[in-house]
Amino acid sequence: MMFDASILLSALLNGLTTGAVYALIALGLTLIYGVLHIINFAHGASLMMALYGVYALKERWGVDPYVALPFMVPAMFVLGYGMQRLIINRASHGKDENILLVTLGLSIVMENLALLFFKSDTRTIDTAYTLSTVAIGPEAVQVMVSLPKLVAFAGALVVSALLIVILQRTDLGRAIRAVAKEKQGARLMGIDVEHVYAMCFGLGLACLGAAACFLLPAYYVNPQVGNGFVLVAFTVVVLGGMGSFAGALLGGLLIGVVESFGGLFLGESLGQVGIFVIFIAVLLLRPQGFFGAKA
Amino acid sequence: MNKLFKDLISIGLFVCLIAMIPIFTSSGVTLNFVMMALFACLIAQAWNVLGGFGGQFSFGHALFFGTGAYFQAIAQISWGWNPWVALPCAMLTAGLVGAWVGALSFRYGLKGSYFALVTLAFAEVFRIVSLSVPFTGAGVGLMLPLSESWTNMQFGSRAGFVWLVLGLVTLALCVTAYLRNSRFGAYLQAVRDNEDAARAVGVNPFHVKTWATVLSGALMGSAGAFYVQVFQYIDPSIGFGSHTSVEALVGAIVGGMGTLWGPVLGALALHVLADLTRNLFGQMPGINMVIYGAVLIVIVMFLPRGIAGLNAYLPKSWRRYD
Amino acid sequence: MTKPNALLEVQGVSRSFGGLKAVQNVSLEVPQGSLTALIGPNGAGKTTLFALLSGFLTPDTGQVVFKGQDITGQAPHLNAKLGMTRTFQIVQPFAAQTVRENIAVGAHLHTASREQALLMADKVAQRVGLADQLDKLASDLTVAGRKRLELARALATEPELLLLDEVLAGLNPQEIAEMIPVVRAIAASGVTVLMIEHVMQAVMSLAEHVWVLAQGQLIAQGSPSEVTRHPQVIEAYLGHGTAARLRQAEVSA
Repeated sequence: MMFDASILLSALLNGLTTGAVYALIALGLTLIYGVLHIINFAHGASLMMALYGVYALKERWGVDPYVALPFMVPAMFVLGYGMQRLIINRASHGKDENILLVTLGLSIVMENLALLFFKSDTRTIDTAYTLSTVAIGPEAVQVMVSLPKLVAFAGALVVSALLIVILQRTDLGRAIRAVAKEKQGARLMGIDVEHVYAMCFGLGLACLGAAACFLLPAYYVNPQVGNGFVLVAFTVVVLGGMGSFAGALLGGLLIGVVESFGGLFLGESLGQVGIFVIFIAVLLLRPQGFFGAKA
Repeated sequence: MNKLFKDLISIGLFVCLIAMIPIFTSSGVTLNFVMMALFACLIAQAWNVLGGFGGQFSFGHALFFGTGAYFQAIAQISWGWNPWVALPCAMLTAGLVGAWVGALSFRYGLKGSYFALVTLAFAEVFRIVSLSVPFTGAGVGLMLPLSESWTNMQFGSRAGFVWLVLGLVTLALCVTAYLRNSRFGAYLQAVRDNEDAARAVGVNPFHVKTWATVLSGALMGSAGAFYVQVFQYIDPSIGFGSHTSVEALVGAIVGGMGTLWGPVLGALALHVLADLTRNLFGQMPGINMVIYGAVLIVIVMFLPRGIAGLNAYLPKSWRRYD
Repeated sequence: MTKPNALLEVQGVSRSFGGLKAVQNVSLEVPQGSLTALIGPNGAGKTTLFALLSGFLTPDTGQVVFKGQDITGQAPHLNAKLGMTRTFQIVQPFAAQTVRENIAVGAHLHTASREQALLMADKVAQRVGLADQLDKLASDLTVAGRKRLELARALATEPELLLLDEVLAGLNPQEIAEMIPVVRAIAASGVTVLMIEHVMQAVMSLAEHVWVLAQGQLIAQGSPSEVTRHPQVIEAYLGHGTAARLRQAEVSA
């Protein structure tokens, strides 16, 4: 099967742009894991909620997704803060297995509430730029890349950088890193651990708010969309290493590219299977991923 | 012998009582309710073997359900097998899938969330593959040709199906009783409660957890095969979709993990709740699951030992069971 | 060369974690039927050594020979089947199960019958003084009770070699005084016992032979009285120069 260079380049760029969004989604997940040490099974459903939020803003009030950013991000932050502080923290009584079940329960509730209100149809939005493309590459191998996807790529990288800056340069970031390393010690130093946990969760979901704004113009939403993303996000996190930002970024890009090429050579659905096979293989053979600490 | 005897007696009573229902009523509505309630019990009990007694939470139990269902369908449609022969083989196949997934996961020491993730991933893989492959009917699924007769496991009335699923539920109950009164069960629960301590006194955790996955998978597979016989249809989302995985685990947790009657109680409670909701709110897609999810959260928050755990709050003289 | 009555031989066993040398070239022989002790300051590597002997950790170098068989790195459950059972420094009960059920898990090593295992659990509970708490949940026991449970569960496996890791830790003097005869009785019944212990009173009154571990190395061995007078041992516990100071104090007293 000979594909000419422009098709391959197209697949690569497609993969990178999608991968950047995967990375953004995975960043939130890995932050939550790295600090709270919980695997947030509600991550995919939360993304789905965010996507519906962006959708509703556009369809009801004509708010452009990119313009919606300053609203969606804080809104998702508040949702995340509330979820952790009011539900997950209360329900889990500190036991890991309970947290597992509670986040699962939340994801079930969210997904099916969406089903209830929006029905199961797949929805997309129309904007002026949905179909715009940009030419990339030298004359010989020029490829058209969709504009929304390019914006998604740039946006994802910017938000990721922001997140890293927050963690490295602000007081909150220092508190988060302290709690992640040594919870009891941090508590003894006067850090409100419950608050930090909730802030973390909020940040993780805020990433999803941003991701949703970048995703919707180029993608679609239905109640099940969370499922697809959550497993990909998990794959990225596990591949890159739980709790590693570099891992989430690189892993996201890698998975995006793998999916793109997999789809090219195997057809879309089997390409997806490729991702899960990688996921299972990493879980079994190297659960700490490439950059993570040993589990 | 005392405890086992008590368990078997209570199972016997339960079976006799339920078995009499189709004799005393031919109301389609009632029998359908009983049949679906028992079906819910079966999947909850299957999950309970690995989740409740083994302490390994599977989030992708539909993997085994779909395997059993597809085997039952394909055996009849493609190979012309008799369904009564296909059923135990479907269970065996689901059990083998359990052995494979279990051996892989436990060989590499997967626990807790990681194990839950892996089971989820496996279920998704099977779903996508069955969606893409003509052997399983791809997206269209498989339809069992109508051919009503007892020998063909297609009973004219619901009564036959009620007795069939009751038989499977009885099997699951007996397996559970075995777990409560045997060395294997003691070892399994020891590994659940403290794997290192169990190893120190001679328990092989890998061996025990993998066998539990086999048993759990086989029972779940029987539910899948049963489903195909009743509804004569199976497709990737019914077979391997998360709906079944969730129903199984919520039923067991709400009722009380690691107990004999917990999953039965939990499944029944949820089934009644679902029915009530349908009567109150009509056929709203997704409302059931919203309730299941909410109940799961509430139970974990306030009643982690489930309905069966309420036993502990009764005065000692009222308590009959553990 | 194997001494004819050495039940357990440890030959040059070492284990490191990253840069930390937890156990360095430890060799010892545990005679059959003896009651011996392993002592040393905190962090000396005693529990790590137990983990290496029982198979919870694999040595980087060296051999562990039990009943003449090389069991180096063999899984714990296989060692239990051979006759070596260990207890844990921080007790590890099956919290959701009753005392009887806990002990029965150990008893099942030699019987597949549930009935037999439960009966055996009753008997073993009597030996350690837990007979009146058989129906209690393990999580409802006091620390002393849990220590006895830990002991009972290990005993139920009918071990030839019992590795007790600080079975007296966390007990008050009364409870210690009650526990010592239990341990002695176990040894008297033919079980070879190797105990890690900090409670010196117990070591002095129970142990025939003592090994002293400090910073992963074996620094002394001998009878309890010999070992406690050994200057290096005193230094290890009380700090550099203490041995000399004590001697001076003795002289001037």
